[in-house]
Amino acid sequence: MTSETTTSPRAERTGEPGAPLLEIKGLKIGFKTQAGYVDAVRGVDITMRQGESLAIVGESGSGKSTTATSIIDLLPGTGQVTGGQILFDGKDLTKASAAEMQAIRGREIGYVPQDPMSNLNPVWSIGFQVEEAIRANGIATGKQAVRARAIEVLKEAGLGDADQRLKQFPHQFSGGMRQRVLIGIGLSSRPKLLIADEPTSALDVTVQRRILDHLESLTRDYGTSVLFITHDLGLAAERAEKLVVMYKGRVVESGPSKEILANPQHPYTKRLVAAAPSLASRRIQSTIEPASTADLGVTAAGSDDAELIARAHQREEAGKAAADYITVDSLSKTYRIRQGGFKTTELKAVDEVSFRIPKGTTMALVGESGSGKSTVAKLVLQLESITSGTVSIGGQNVGALRGKELFDFRRRVQPVFQDPYGSLDPMYSVGNTIAEPLATHGIGDRASRQARVRELLDQVSLPASTVNRYPNELSGGQRQRIAVARALALKPDVIVLDEAVSALDVLVQGQILDLLTDLQTELGLTYLFITHDLAVVRLIADNVAVMQKGRIVESGTTDDIFAQPSKQYTRELLEAIPGAHFEFGR
Amino acid sequence: MPSNDSSALSADHFVADLEETPIRAVDAIDESEKPRSSWNDAWDSMKRRPTFWIAAGLILVVVVVALFPGLFTSVDPRAAELTKSNQGGESGHLLGFTLQGADVFSRIIWGTRASLTVGLLATIIVTLVGIVIGSLAGFYGGWLDAIVSRIGDIFFAIPTVLGAIVLMSILPTRTPLTVALVLSVFAWPQIARVMRGSVLSARGSDYVTASAALGVSRFRILLRHVVPNAITPVIVVATVSLGTFIVAEATLSFLGIGLPPSTMSWGNDINAARTSLRVSPAPLFWPAAALSVTVLSFLLMGDVVRDALDPKARARR
Amino acid sequence: MLWYTGRRLLQLIPVFFGATFLIYFMVFALPGDPVAALFGDKTPSPAVIDAIRAEYNLDKPFIVQYLLYIGGLFTGDLGTTFSGRPVADELVRAFPITFRLAMLALVFEAVAGIVVGLVAGLRKGKLFDTSALVVSLLLISVPTFVIGFLLQYVFGIQLGLFRTTVSSQAPWSELVLPAIVLASVSFAYIVRLTRASVAENSSADFVRTASAKGLTRRRVVTVHILRNSLVPVVTYLGVDIGSLMVGAIVTEGIFNIQGVGGTVYRAITLGEGPTVVSFVAVMVIIFMLANLLVDLLYALLDPRIRYAK
Repeated sequence: MTSETTTSPRAERTGEPGAPLLEIKGLKIGFKTQAGYVDAVRGVDITMRQGESLAIVGESGSGKSTTATSIIDLLPGTGQVTGGQILFDGKDLTKASAAEMQAIRGREIGYVPQDPMSNLNPVWSIGFQVEEAIRANGIATGKQAVRARAIEVLKEAGLGDADQRLKQFPHQFSGGMRQRVLIGIGLSSRPKLLIADEPTSALDVTVQRRILDHLESLTRDYGTSVLFITHDLGLAAERAEKLVVMYKGRVVESGPSKEILANPQHPYTKRLVAAAPSLASRRIQSTIEPASTADLGVTAAGSDDAELIARAHQREEAGKAAADYITVDSLSKTYRIRQGGFKTTELKAVDEVSFRIPKGTTMALVGESGSGKSTVAKLVLQLESITSGTVSIGGQNVGALRGKELFDFRRRVQPVFQDPYGSLDPMYSVGNTIAEPLATHGIGDRASRQARVRELLDQVSLPASTVNRYPNELSGGQRQRIAVARALALKPDVIVLDEAVSALDVLVQGQILDLLTDLQTELGLTYLFITHDLAVVRLIADNVAVMQKGRIVESGTTDDIFAQPSKQYTRELLEAIPGAHFEFGR
Repeated sequence: MPSNDSSALSADHFVADLEETPIRAVDAIDESEKPRSSWNDAWDSMKRRPTFWIAAGLILVVVVVALFPGLFTSVDPRAAELTKSNQGGESGHLLGFTLQGADVFSRIIWGTRASLTVGLLATIIVTLVGIVIGSLAGFYGGWLDAIVSRIGDIFFAIPTVLGAIVLMSILPTRTPLTVALVLSVFAWPQIARVMRGSVLSARGSDYVTASAALGVSRFRILLRHVVPNAITPVIVVATVSLGTFIVAEATLSFLGIGLPPSTMSWGNDINAARTSLRVSPAPLFWPAAALSVTVLSFLLMGDVVRDALDPKARARR
Repeated sequence: MLWYTGRRLLQLIPVFFGATFLIYFMVFALPGDPVAALFGDKTPSPAVIDAIRAEYNLDKPFIVQYLLYIGGLFTGDLGTTFSGRPVADELVRAFPITFRLAMLALVFEAVAGIVVGLVAGLRKGKLFDTSALVVSLLLISVPTFVIGFLLQYVFGIQLGLFRTTVSSQAPWSELVLPAIVLASVSFAYIVRLTRASVAENSSADFVRTASAKGLTRRRVVTVHILRNSLVPVVTYLGVDIGSLMVGAIVTEGIFNIQGVGGTVYRAITLGEGPTVVSFVAVMVIIFMLANLLVDLLYALLDPRIRYAK
């Protein structure tokens, strides 16, 4: 690198035009755990050329992140490359010395991690952390030059007031700003390859699109090749020319993204394509208005499609006939927050929210973090007190209930929460967890309760033997089923689902959504579905209300909102669905 | 319209061999394994570590010695012949004699009970008080928490042994119980703080909210859901505290304000032997060794239990 | 930062009054004749009894006693010892000695503890780590006074390398062995704390990012891992000062050092209650102030605390 104050962007790349930039051949990675040796990656082949963008797609446990971090030799803990080669510009990185790796990291290969909060050191200022990257990669030398370059990096990253920002600390930045800093750091030395590990999954939906667009323009200007890691097929297809689908440590399919989406061959890929909400929502949309040419060629694989479409139509029919069961009228909730000394500020989390939910239908409440949607859920569940306005369920004003009436009311409305790992008491067996509602409300005797527990497990498609198991033995999807079973124990009329599928893998998510839809039809349940993911909304909801900063921005039937959003914010949310700009067809 | 015809694939399009990459049914449960709670998990991981067995064995030995000292020695610990003062080991009296001429080994055996009792009593008191206060303060918050925390701060501001020194200087009677109480008075805030912190983080869990949505009363939630989940760090701290209380009692005895000299304890024996350290170090170091080994075993156990109950290790998937 | 300091000072006030009140309460408000209790087995002369009564204002109501005592504290009147000398004078003479001892001990335990803990944490599971763990466990299990006797015996009596007792001047060189004794238990805790902290931070996300930026291993370890691991150690040091004070009583007793601890030690063994109470009260106040300093240091190290409103 030169010792000038700045380096000019490398739009052209040296090296043989024909040779690939990155060649992973037969890579094998294993981890030593308490239980023995675990193979995380079992023979993976990936090829990338200069200037290409490639996305590795897979669910958790597929080995995609492990493969990516092994390229720069940053495997966590006891991980080790046990076989194969990683050829970068012809050099085998698995055989490189520590010093060689250190020279390559940052300079030739940049890295953008997933969670912007935990990836920045909280005790050092932003400027410090940017400057040390600049100095380490020899981009500039001398205090002034380094500082000037740091300001440039922050400006390129899209942060205004760059020289003020240098002195600030990570906790003073928002999530999106922190990610911009990380992207800036990753690209600061104009590396040949940038590894982006789920770079936006920890961010709010509307911020995601902006960050990804920004990343795309920067890498295009610099001629950087980008390796994306993601679990979202729609995002992968939209941002990368090539796709690699991984499952349990192996590559099951790879090729041009368009082709894979249009013509998936491997059964796993077919399932992913069918289940990915971002794509599925497009498909449902397309059956309703096939005129849009961008959607030509969208209905590709899977008989699951026909089911989805049929169900979407079914719901519409059912929704038209029912009477309102839940009525929310001018609902408001104000929190008083104590600030240090004696001051208190007021936070209006929910501001005059009104909507209606017909019986037996699903209403989705959509918004980003801070929109107040979760607070609405808590108010409907009467877990928080209403400041003003009313919530009536089945004609009953729930805000006025006290004592025994409130206790009885709880049997009619039950929740399912987001985090499958936090919603079940780890000390309680599955049977006891599901039986707790019955015991609390004094229903039946021991024998009849046990029978009911078995019945409920059956309803959520879990074997009866699960009764004796504990949450720590089960997977996320299984735990969520148990949470659903617990919610059903008291035969409620309404279930409030607060981001109930957001923490699940795509295929598992699809299963739980199917389960919920079946249960709704069987038991005539009414759902209030809280989510930040509009794509999932398309799959499950009859009506939608979009919330922003405590207020409802827009509401209507799902079809209407998707086809003709009238507010800007709604349009932004729709735009933000990954894959919204993907050109299907060839 | 696109077809599933594989002949239409481009050259770049790779598909893995179906036999090499079989798909497992999503979310299947392995029915062959026995059900395991997180306690089972913890026990399994503890069983595997040799340190656990060493510590458990030592603790067991110490407890048995405390309960049945007669089994281990037939020599009367109070029988003192001045003629044998500070003499070395001989047959039947392997560890030698104290300044007074009593048998060192026998005194160690008989001294176990007092030393262990103080530690055990203090730990029990401190743990019970700490758990109750800590969970109430952490769970109900508000002014209860504010008051309790301030009171805890005040007691915490006085280092345990310093406070014990003052109290012991005042108190007329000295028994293992009073020493234990005096130590507990200043040591409870630490346990209470640990419990409070643990309860605070458990309180925000979704399973607590889910139970509240069922209509379970607040107190019942505290008792049945929060406390069992919050108690694990307290167990670790309590185990270690037992060790430190034994050391504290010895320190107080060394200063002459612990157990009365008539009570046989390791601390008292060490104190009595110090004037003749130059001449005869053994009567000082043998009780010291017994004390150290006992404390070590509790510390080891505390470490092992903490590693086994570590929530990071608990999350399997 | 100023705001934070002010807040901490404010929080200190109720604790200060509470703790001193508690000590006073324990001594003078519990049932029984405080004078008799203070002197234990001894029977002082009537003149001394009268003097003590007057000094502690025992004829006045308890609250007034306490307030007069606190007032006395602020004007520098800390009471009188058994032999009649003002506690304040004793303190002025003895404090510098104990301060030297404590500073030496702090330096030993902090420097050695952090270094050993760092190496152990980086080589988790290897030989150095296991040995460090074993040694630290042993040091915690063995009471300070036993370590004191042991080292006094081995290095002083047997090997003759160090003096077994310290002269009244107590120069730095003579305080080395006692300082090592005093530091030993705290050293062990700091090793364990640093080790755990380093091991945890080594697998932290921001450490991986730092490496991914292309920083040398050395820089990653010092600037990122070690720097972040210092925070819990500093927090511990605050609590540690309390055990250093107790340890000082013991250590100065064994090595016959004429510091604050030694004075308290003599007073305890001789049964001189008033002296003990006065000195302990002062030590508690010093403990609180030291904790305040540590809290400020903590805020310096962790910007999240500084900027929290």
